[in-house]
Amino acid sequence: MSGTATIFRDAVSGDLETVIRLDEIHTGLAKPDYWREMFQAYVAEEHFGRYFLIAETSNQIAGFIVGEIRTWEFGSPPCGWVFAVNVSPDCREGGIGSGLLDAVCSRFRDCGVSTVRTMVSRNDGLNLSFFRSQGMTAGPYMELEKSLERG
Amino acid sequence: MRLQKSTEFALYAVLELAAEPERQMSTADIAVRYGISAHHLAKVMRRLVRAGLIQSVRGVGGGYRFCGNVRRVTLWDVMELFEPDFQGADDDEAVIGTPISRALDNVRAEIDDLTRATMQSITLNSLLKFAPKEAVTEQLSRLQAEGV
Repeated sequence: MSGTATIFRDAVSGDLETVIRLDEIHTGLAKPDYWREMFQAYVAEEHFGRYFLIAETSNQIAGFIVGEIRTWEFGSPPCGWVFAVNVSPDCREGGIGSGLLDAVCSRFRDCGVSTVRTMVSRNDGLNLSFFRSQGMTAGPYMELEKSLERG
Repeated sequence: MRLQKSTEFALYAVLELAAEPERQMSTADIAVRYGISAHHLAKVMRRLVRAGLIQSVRGVGGGYRFCGNVRRVTLWDVMELFEPDFQGADDDEAVIGTPISRALDNVRAEIDDLTRATMQSITLNSLLKFAPKEAVTEQLSRLQAEGV
């Protein structure tokens, strides 16, 4: 796909099925209900600081990114969060992911936000390496958890 | 986190060579550049050759050259060659397992997991991309020319 112009645009409801499929390819799990809710909250309704962006190459969806500005969550000043980024396997290593991240960061910047943050599974080498390659490093917060199973 | 000296030297050497894959550098050149022991570095270089990360070039102007994939090789790929005990294996002086020793083992495993995930996520290319310009200007020009 290199050499073909990519456009980065806001998602529309017709993108839903492709987003579900791309996510399933990456995670191995189809989550149609989850993505329907995401589309309702990020695409159908308008909220300040919420972005669901699509990368389109040759009229095909090449990837997507979802981000939102959160304020005072975990005590943090306003900050852009990236919840999901996904590039079609056919389109990888062509700068689509970088373009998507740049596009959502640009929206965050326009809203006056100067930090972008994300959370990635330690086992998700693909996304960890991607965010690292974009200059992202460990931030000042640590994710903690515990099992709620009895026994 | 404190890395073994060999690991540190290996990372210096691999990153220095990967910054300009066409360039050959001798052990002495690298040792002088980083102010480290050439004798110790020579042993490290032999290990890196065996691992297929660098190759030795004979003849006038010979030395070593990077021969891996700068966008695929991670800091962990280098580190694991020299840190065989890092996997959280029990120490030789392991005591009888008590609740306290097991709890401490859990903390150590947590730190090791974070370290491993961090080192595995950083490719040589990513590190060089955000390193100070001095040593990597040519690498960046090359990557830009390739459209990376």
